[in-house]
Amino acid sequence: MAASNVRDWFVREVLPLEEILTRFLHRNWRNRSDVEDLRQDVYAQVLRAAKERIPDKTKPFVMATARNLIIDRIRKEQIVPIDAADIDAIEVAADTPGPDRVVTARDTLRRLQGALDHLPPRCREVVVLRRIDGLSRHEIAARLGIAEKTVADHITRGMCAIATELFGDASGEGRNT
Amino acid sequence: MSDPARNAKALTVTEQAADWLERREASGWTDDDARLLQAWLDESESHCAAFWRLEEAWNQSSRLAALREMRQARITPASRRRFWPVLGRMVAAIAILAVAGVASKIYFSPPQGDLYTTPVGGREILTLADGSQIELNTDTSLRVNFVSGRRAVTLLRGEAYFQIRHDGARPFTVTAGNHRIVDLGTKFVVRRETEKLEVALMEGRASVEDMSTASPEHPAVLVPGDVAVVTAAGVTMTKKSDQQLKDSAAWRKGMLVFDGARLSEAAAEFNRYNATQLVVVDDVAARKTLGGTFPTNDLEDFTHLAQSVLGLHVRRENGRIAISR
Repeated sequence: MAASNVRDWFVREVLPLEEILTRFLHRNWRNRSDVEDLRQDVYAQVLRAAKERIPDKTKPFVMATARNLIIDRIRKEQIVPIDAADIDAIEVAADTPGPDRVVTARDTLRRLQGALDHLPPRCREVVVLRRIDGLSRHEIAARLGIAEKTVADHITRGMCAIATELFGDASGEGRNT
Repeated sequence: MSDPARNAKALTVTEQAADWLERREASGWTDDDARLLQAWLDESESHCAAFWRLEEAWNQSSRLAALREMRQARITPASRRRFWPVLGRMVAAIAILAVAGVASKIYFSPPQGDLYTTPVGGREILTLADGSQIELNTDTSLRVNFVSGRRAVTLLRGEAYFQIRHDGARPFTVTAGNHRIVDLGTKFVVRRETEKLEVALMEGRASVEDMSTASPEHPAVLVPGDVAVVTAAGVTMTKKSDQQLKDSAAWRKGMLVFDGARLSEAAAEFNRYNATQLVVVDDVAARKTLGGTFPTNDLEDFTHLAQSVLGLHVRRENGRIAISR
């Protein structure tokens, strides 16, 4: 399977599920700080499978992967998650809500603005200069009187926050503050 | 230059991916860097997932630039822009967005595809769903439309470098005004100006068609090194050496390369990238020729050269730099 097809599928069908997936992981895993890590593992497993063959039904496949991963972790670590003393109780409730959420362009812009609003002030200033005013790393450093390395750090932090807000929960449930 | 691999222990995969992405977007990104990134991606699915996720989010965040366009078009003349503190501008942008529902529809209406825009001095790399890449130069706007078996890009203004994955079943076309470039697996640059369209082919093959006539004449077929210049008078073909092609695409690395260019031509090039405009006052100064490599966004080196090497006068006045005999 060509890598570009897998990327295309991942971006188009898997990333829009991130909100549901993250909520599911939060509900079924005790330690909140592990959730990003778990999600990353789910994505990796899903991609590994897609390299062989892209699944017909993305959502059930992703959610089943998440469920199996959690069960696996519980067995390995011999710990009991907060709401799931019984493994069978881990249900993938993701199929219940009606039609899949359609992310419109307006929605995207609103989420992007939300992401900007929630950044620390200096970080936001750097991201705005880069993304809205189109200044280079060098120009931002000169204008704000900070090192280029610091500019780069703010940008990477902004990138992570924007992705989380865009694909993850707009409610801010999983945001690190 | 920071090396993401060096800190791998301390950073999460997501942070490493962000590090790569930030570096790729910055100037100074080389082919070697691209190979290192590819090697890192090939290492594990986890790396791919983290990188693609951030890349997609960052690509989408280019929509934020639309806020700037609306803002400028509606309230602030460009020359006053620098007096606006950033936060004030954000507030203004949000306020405008609230009343500009109509405007945002124009920017984002889906049937016409996704609009990507770079501001003056900006530069952007887009990776498309099929793995093709487009690099947008300063002050460039283009629309990408991938539906029902076609891959169509419309260049509204500015300049872009295309690196296209060939797909016989889905030809890749770039439309600019009345002309359409049909690619056959290629690397090429398209630059659109008010009165002129220029297509330079680096690799592969492509053709340029005139769509304004009912029965198009034979399309001009380009081979590597060919530059097609389209004006109202018709299509002219010229040849450029490898080096000349590289020099003219030096903007991809944030540089401008001149070799015997007139000062007036060089100034016009710089003016595409900077809010501060260079004005060549008289003919004597305009006809001076120069060579060298300069950062697109730093006028210091250039004005210094004009002063000390060409012996011209450089005067800074509000928002512009006048160069005269």
